[in-house]
Amino acid sequence: MWFQILELEAKESRSPVLAVARAAQLKRSFSSQNKKVKVGIILTLVFVAIAIFGPLLAPYDPSAQSAAQGASVAAPSLGHLFGTDQLGRDIFSQVLVGTRTTLILGILTGVIATALSVLVGVTSAYIGGLGDELLSLLSNIFLVFPALPFLIVVLGAFPKSGEITTILLLAFLGWPWGARVIRAQTLSLRNRDFITAARESGESNLRIIIFELLPNEVSLIAASFVGTVLYAIGASVGLDFLGVGNTTIWSLGTILYWAENGNALQLGAWWWFAIPGVIIALIGTGLVLLNFGLDEIGNPRLRDNSSSIKVGGRRVRPSDPTPVEITTPMGRGDLHTQVSNKRSSFGQPVAVMESPKGDIFSAFDFGETGQGSNSSIATLKDGTGSGNSTVGDGITGGHGSERRGA
Amino acid sequence: MKFLLRRIAFYLVALFVAITVNFFIPRLMPGNVVDSLMAKYPSLKPQAQHALEILLGVGHNGSLVSQYFTYLHQLATGNLGIDPLQFPTPVISIIKAALPWTLVLVGTATVIAWVLGTLLGIFAAWRRGGFLDQILPGLSFLQATPYFFLALVLVWGLSIHFHLFPSQQGFSNGLAIGWNGQFILSALYHAILPALTIVLTSMAGWMLQMRNVMITTIGEDYVLAAQAKGLSSRRVIFSYAARNAILPSLSGFALALGFVVSGTLLMEIVFNYPGIGTQLYTAVTSNDYPLTQAIFLVISVTVLVANIVADVIYVVSDPRARSKGE
Repeated sequence: MWFQILELEAKESRSPVLAVARAAQLKRSFSSQNKKVKVGIILTLVFVAIAIFGPLLAPYDPSAQSAAQGASVAAPSLGHLFGTDQLGRDIFSQVLVGTRTTLILGILTGVIATALSVLVGVTSAYIGGLGDELLSLLSNIFLVFPALPFLIVVLGAFPKSGEITTILLLAFLGWPWGARVIRAQTLSLRNRDFITAARESGESNLRIIIFELLPNEVSLIAASFVGTVLYAIGASVGLDFLGVGNTTIWSLGTILYWAENGNALQLGAWWWFAIPGVIIALIGTGLVLLNFGLDEIGNPRLRDNSSSIKVGGRRVRPSDPTPVEITTPMGRGDLHTQVSNKRSSFGQPVAVMESPKGDIFSAFDFGETGQGSNSSIATLKDGTGSGNSTVGDGITGGHGSERRGA
Repeated sequence: MKFLLRRIAFYLVALFVAITVNFFIPRLMPGNVVDSLMAKYPSLKPQAQHALEILLGVGHNGSLVSQYFTYLHQLATGNLGIDPLQFPTPVISIIKAALPWTLVLVGTATVIAWVLGTLLGIFAAWRRGGFLDQILPGLSFLQATPYFFLALVLVWGLSIHFHLFPSQQGFSNGLAIGWNGQFILSALYHAILPALTIVLTSMAGWMLQMRNVMITTIGEDYVLAAQAKGLSSRRVIFSYAARNAILPSLSGFALALGFVVSGTLLMEIVFNYPGIGTQLYTAVTSNDYPLTQAIFLVISVTVLVANIVADVIYVVSDPRARSKGE
């Protein structure tokens, strides 16, 4: 889907050569969008699949005890892939069932909290004035409010409270990060020409927000969602580990709670705590890496090094304006561009620019440059070098890393 | 100045919210301390209930408003009540005993993690695609690891398996707390694993944040100009790029702090470290409401104070914040 849109975009470019090069380059960048993000997507999908199908595949009831000889605290074997705990319960089944609980909790919290973030963030930026001040104040107070200790205190007092309570409390405490980022982005978009145009043409505020504003914040909202899921999983796993939640529901944190209570460390039963712990960390890693990709969509400068190009031995970052100097004369016929038959090591055509004297100015390996260099292409188009939106700079920068599980 | 005034106003409001939430916590809880005492000591006769309420001052008499003012007055005078489960120790002295452990451990480890992470972030950004960039997925794994899980792994590996470090407590049994070499050495030795946990898990976050901002900064024209002038790389990196890239990292400190505190609470419980986290856990599991309430307040206020410190550092290091109200 992405390719089609981008290819369409490329066709609009004035120079057919550049259009071809750009399409190739964009296609390449999205098919090989850096490895980190790919790993993130794969990890996330794997665990979502486990959450959906895992409980159906669980070989045992996760709470089924076995009193048979040698059935308790048994190391991983073919019968029990992840070993057993002190009551002879199958840890593999616990993990399969627990992953679903933990992920559902994370996703539901993410959905509710992100909805709140969007609501508060957009409203705040859109109404401005006193309302904005008050809503920002509210977000900032929630930011410094110690959420986890509060949850420990509250859930500790109501040990029979269900998952729903945890989800609602986590969402209630987890929206301000997203709201801040979305507010900042909305503020910067609010005064853009296309929003003004929509307002001038008499569209209602609600319509402008839903059809003009929000589509431009999708990557930010998605990043905020992923970050909130990460926070919710981290916090809920911590709460379950303490046993202040409901310890009768199998989640990844509950397994760790029983491991700690059953002296897994002293017994040397590494499989009991290491496996669920590593799975939590892997789910988190998947989400962190996924957020890298979302951050990079919003902030082109963060894109992988493969998106920088070599000009005269110096690495040029996607956002660097350097190619302008080389390429500006092209339109006047001083230089001409051709896509040579040469193929780079990546199998992509190489565009070579030559001056009439035959000096080769620069060889752009479009195959390697990746998507990031579309700013240099944009430079050719409009000559301003600002072809790429870097609105999110500083706002999205580091966004993903601010969010950490507890 | 305007910036500072705004922040001060904000902290006052935040403090008011924290104090008020704290006021309502025990009032929303099912039962009260006396109930949990009665449950703990079944030999107590029902008649004792009223006597205990008076003794502990928990009978909620009067209107909510007058209770609130009594509560404010108690806070102002540092009177947080008497702990019913460790009768007759005042709650404040339990906190006074636990807080320094947490503050020293978390404070030191967080500063180490921040400095290391920021430096690594600077180099990762400067050498895009270098070694540090290659291990980014590995760092993400560390970042995604819950504090308490890394604590479990460290205890299991370095303490139980290799007997290198103690796995429990903040100092050796039998030592008296005091400013003597033996005690300090023992405390340092016991702090290594907890500190390592904090540094390893939080460092990656600081590093990623610094790297991302730094990459954006390196693309700025003034950095290119500095290079073109022929300044040494070191000067360009630290005085030009990092000098500006560090500002969002400082202002982002507030956002991350909550996570560090939360993570540390859980980690303390794993190490049975004599800090605030372990006390909170004990208090919550034994329904010790006065202590729970007091600890929650202390955590809220500590986080606020840490934020003020971060703000002051930010104002000192960002001339824009000093000159105008941004």
